[in-house]
Amino acid sequence: MPTQLDKVDVVTVGVGWTGGIIAAELSKAGYQVVGLERGGEVTVDDYLHSKDQLKYDSRIGLMHSLSNDTVTYRNNQDMEALPIRENSNLRNGTHTGGGGKHWAGQTWRYLPYDFEIYSQTVDRYGEEKIPEGMTIQDWGITYDELEPYYDRFEQTAGISGEEGSFGPERSNPYPTPPLKESYPMRMFREAADNLGYHPYRLPSANISETYENPDGQTIYACQYCSFCANYGCDFAAKSDPVITVIPTAQETGNFELRTGSNVTRILYEGDQATGVLFTDLETGEEFEQPADIVVLTSYTFNNVRLLLLSEIGDPYDPETGEGVIGKNFTDHHGPDSSCAAIGFFEDQKFNLHMGAGALGIVYDDFVGDNFDHTDEDFIHGGMVRYQQGGANPMTNNEVPNGTPNWGREFKEKSLYYANRSLVVNFMFNSMPYQDHYLDLDPTYTDSDGDPLIRMTYDFSDHDRSLFNFGIDLCVEMLEEMGADIIEPNEEMDRFEVESTGFTFQHSSGGAIMGDSPDTSAVNNYLQMWDMDNLFVVGASAFPHFGAPNPTATAGALAYRAAEGIEEYLENGGGLLVKERERTKHT
Amino acid sequence: MADNNNTDNNTNGDSGISRRTFIKNTGLVTGGIVGGGLLGGILGNQWQTGTQTDTGGATDEEGDTNRVDEARMFFTRDADFNVLSAATERIFPEDDNGPGAIGLGVPYFIDRQLAGSWGDNIHEYMQGPFSQGEDSQGFQSALTRGQIFLQGVRQINEVSQDGFGEAFADLEEEQQNEILSAFEDGEVDMRGVTSPTFFNMLLQGTLQGAYSDPLYGGNRNMDGWRMKEYPGPVMSYMNEIEEEEFIVMDPISISDHHTN
Repeated sequence: MPTQLDKVDVVTVGVGWTGGIIAAELSKAGYQVVGLERGGEVTVDDYLHSKDQLKYDSRIGLMHSLSNDTVTYRNNQDMEALPIRENSNLRNGTHTGGGGKHWAGQTWRYLPYDFEIYSQTVDRYGEEKIPEGMTIQDWGITYDELEPYYDRFEQTAGISGEEGSFGPERSNPYPTPPLKESYPMRMFREAADNLGYHPYRLPSANISETYENPDGQTIYACQYCSFCANYGCDFAAKSDPVITVIPTAQETGNFELRTGSNVTRILYEGDQATGVLFTDLETGEEFEQPADIVVLTSYTFNNVRLLLLSEIGDPYDPETGEGVIGKNFTDHHGPDSSCAAIGFFEDQKFNLHMGAGALGIVYDDFVGDNFDHTDEDFIHGGMVRYQQGGANPMTNNEVPNGTPNWGREFKEKSLYYANRSLVVNFMFNSMPYQDHYLDLDPTYTDSDGDPLIRMTYDFSDHDRSLFNFGIDLCVEMLEEMGADIIEPNEEMDRFEVESTGFTFQHSSGGAIMGDSPDTSAVNNYLQMWDMDNLFVVGASAFPHFGAPNPTATAGALAYRAAEGIEEYLENGGGLLVKERERTKHT
Repeated sequence: MADNNNTDNNTNGDSGISRRTFIKNTGLVTGGIVGGGLLGGILGNQWQTGTQTDTGGATDEEGDTNRVDEARMFFTRDADFNVLSAATERIFPEDDNGPGAIGLGVPYFIDRQLAGSWGDNIHEYMQGPFSQGEDSQGFQSALTRGQIFLQGVRQINEVSQDGFGEAFADLEEEQQNEILSAFEDGEVDMRGVTSPTFFNMLLQGTLQGAYSDPLYGGNRNMDGWRMKEYPGPVMSYMNEIEEEEFIVMDPISISDHHTN
């Protein structure tokens, strides 16, 4: 029998950005919060002396080990899904801070178009513009409604940035000025200006100057040391839950962090959650943590898996399109990371060993509905980007096509070109399809015998259209920047787990938000329609994946959920949003 | 919520994504590389004078009689380790730019990596059932990396004996390259793993040994970094990040962080 713990107001499953935000906001409001984290506790002391590329970049030392569990993958329903076995191919966060420790720090807002993508597309181009099988839908919230929460997240994280020409509108400027511009960034800016585009620097959580956030937490100025994405920042200069929301929660005295605690089920009676069941991974002991509110704040895969394992909500059926749990799974890096071109420069060497995770520049003339799509065979779009994260000498071995990838000529040319190449890529959106989804694997289990989550997902024709549109823009940019040899990646036939860009770090959907329980799992407070004291927070709520990176949107939604939870606790429960067209399937 | 800088990754040599080429200046491509001269000008002298030895250019620590960096943890048979050493040297050979894999300590780096969690696949999902699946589904072997390396180096020697009647380490460079190419191209049948999978591990392991922090036993004397003009884990570029000119710095390593 599991040991019964004392009931608390709120329990979170996972303590990264979203769990940290929920914990900080509710503990500040005086509620008792327990955060269950299956990894260990990380503090900024762990980041000192950690500029170790083999440990953190090659062996991804800050990420979840696959020794006990993983995700299974197949391109389509005709295949048997197999486990992703190598941890370098499934880079999900673990320990306190979650993915918020090792992120690069790009902090984008999605566009007003994203939140109303279905209705705006139909209004402007007609229903036939949406390809068959593409299951885009409105998010049940508008950009204007979400804007104050974006602002909250940016203030908490101290984001550095400058406004672009196309918006979206902001209630406040970025809390800190943009990062400095490296020479390749100035080349990009000049080239984009020459081509008539509108360049600006990436909004960054590696911040430009020392900043104290509204909770009193300090984030220091970025040193451009390049040990950023995949690392914890030893200067505390990358905004991270470990130096912001988690200590904020701890300082209230109302937050209890329990690490090494692996939640295996959500417990409930009827349509009310009662708590969670978890295993202490150090002792093997099982506990029940009762709570008034249960909040899933794990990564997309685990949020969805816990719902399915606990048999909460209607599982999605790809044949009929009915049911919601597992629906609209998308992956961002899958389609977009290969959409890149490399330029080799014979007469110019660049300081590529310097950089920061979100140091870079972009133009966004071809994203969202910023341009007319009447003659395009796709909707939405992407952003052309140069990013200077800092070159890792183990992987910075670029050589022009036709060069062997080992031996004398390889060594010679890889050394010669090590500081003479720049990559430009096209970061684009990822759309949901009826046959792309998550469910429980029929064969493979974790070490406890529970089924793994199974992913059925592949490159779509829409992705191919965007790839081909974007890759020409990347080539155009490198030509204007003066590259001597320009090599665009070739389109991939289908997703491959071992292609290095497809590492499932930006996965979304499976418990999506919307304005009706027929088509969504949660409402716009991320409250389950079917269980009103259960909230499912994170990119699992995204009905599609916008063009840029997800963290700010997940963070904004977490602030919105925190507000909803507080309202729920104050007002004695109930759904926070009126259902539309409830015609529940039996 | 991770957001790794995917632009760093997506054009790696091992990405499996092929590229088309738009050549603006064909002369520079077909005319080859002037690089040997450039880097050789900076580094050439220290390799061509003094310390050149039959270990492939390793720089000896003066008077150090307790060379723990040349003791093995994983490979028990000399013959296996000799194959590994010769194979890594073919992948990353000594030349005018500087030392090759042997001189950089790469074989000992790989030995240590195989003796630890990486070689034992500690962080990999290793539960069955095992099925090869389709290429898109990635690595599916039931073997650990340690087992794959042992099988691989022994098979390299078998192919060498069968084809040339000699041990791999005793072959000419071109013969060694021919055998390694056969593994790379999938022309050798291995058990429980494909030969390109093994070859790719060997290739990645060699590059990691050449360029990882010296604390792991490779990149001796930071010479891998010197050849690449990579300065190691410098604490701050706050004052240099905007510079247009390329800046060459004498490298430091993690041990400098701990001792300073």
